[in-house]
Amino acid sequence: MISLYMAGNSWAHRLPARVKLLFLFVLSLLIIPFNTLWFSAALLAFVVALYATLGRRGLEKVKVVRPLLWMMVIILLVHAFLGDIEQGIIAVLRLLAMVLLANFISITTHMEALMDAVEPLFRPLRVFGISPMRMSLAVALVIRFVPVLLAVYASLQEAYKARTARSNSWRLLAPFALHAIKMTDHVSEALTARGGADGFDRS
Amino acid sequence: MSSDRSLVQIAFYAALIAALGLVPKIELGLAGGIPITAQSLGVMLAGMMLGPVRGGLAVALLLFLVALGLPFLAGGRGGIGVFYGMTAGYLAGYFFGAVAVGAIMRAMRNMNVVFGAIVSGVLGGIVVVHAFGVPVLAYKADMTLYNAFLVGSLPFIPGDLIKVALATLVAHTIARGLPSAMLSRS
Repeated sequence: MISLYMAGNSWAHRLPARVKLLFLFVLSLLIIPFNTLWFSAALLAFVVALYATLGRRGLEKVKVVRPLLWMMVIILLVHAFLGDIEQGIIAVLRLLAMVLLANFISITTHMEALMDAVEPLFRPLRVFGISPMRMSLAVALVIRFVPVLLAVYASLQEAYKARTARSNSWRLLAPFALHAIKMTDHVSEALTARGGADGFDRS
Repeated sequence: MSSDRSLVQIAFYAALIAALGLVPKIELGLAGGIPITAQSLGVMLAGMMLGPVRGGLAVALLLFLVALGLPFLAGGRGGIGVFYGMTAGYLAGYFFGAVAVGAIMRAMRNMNVVFGAIVSGVLGGIVVVHAFGVPVLAYKADMTLYNAFLVGSLPFIPGDLIKVALATLVAHTIARGLPSAMLSRS
């Protein structure tokens, strides 16, 4: 599975994940009162500069915001229509800056480091029987299941194509769900047979 | 019901929601060929099948993975950035929506499954999701709630209604073919 993470050894990669997350959280609160055009533009420039410090490959990662652009155009149009285009530009610049900044953490922090960084937040959940061990098992299962499910869907699609000459249909959804649920049973049996989510040494 | 099984079910539905966002878009001939992404369909299904607690946990797990940087949202989006974008409210809405769908489904477990699925899908899968999505969009884009609703929610409601119909169809198929999987009704 492809994650957003970009392998590297820049200053941003070496920074502890917790510091980066805290910085993002604090900054997102700090910028709230500064609602001017130049501040939003400067913020965006600062964030793009952060990407630039990662080199050309890093700068290319700015493209991740592309899916958001059409929605931003609509936001601008709404504001233009209401006669306050400046407010719209501020909102869009600020959105771009914050999305890119948050994304900067995703591309410079390995998934496991992020998980370790947020693990203490989940400790209170132990009261409900959600141990960090179960949590990481669940995460691993999802990462493994997504490609499996996509393969199941692809095989259903192929069979459907052979029968109807069309490639995709809502008719595949119910069999897809049935297949997936059947697989759940097998996997949970296999898990129990191997000692369960907590392993053999407990209970 | 062992806890191992619950864990696998939660993980599986989280994966199912992700997979439904990543499969090729389905074009509906009936609805003039508009392509729909099936991600929110997965959210409805998680609630309908697993009930409020496990359904909600499945969505929460998926969102956690997205925050960890995996591209599991529709169209391959992911990372912490999506929680700072204008659609962040809809993501929170997915969680509360799945809980609501599951709760309504459970409350209606003695009624017809099709009826239960339609009511829970419309209330939980559409009303609740948009109720969280619109205020956040309004705040992020500096618009009024009404304008945010017009640009952010209204255009998607027809597609959402189609997804309720599809989720109902799937729920009906499963209630018939594999009733043990309808945990919300057991």
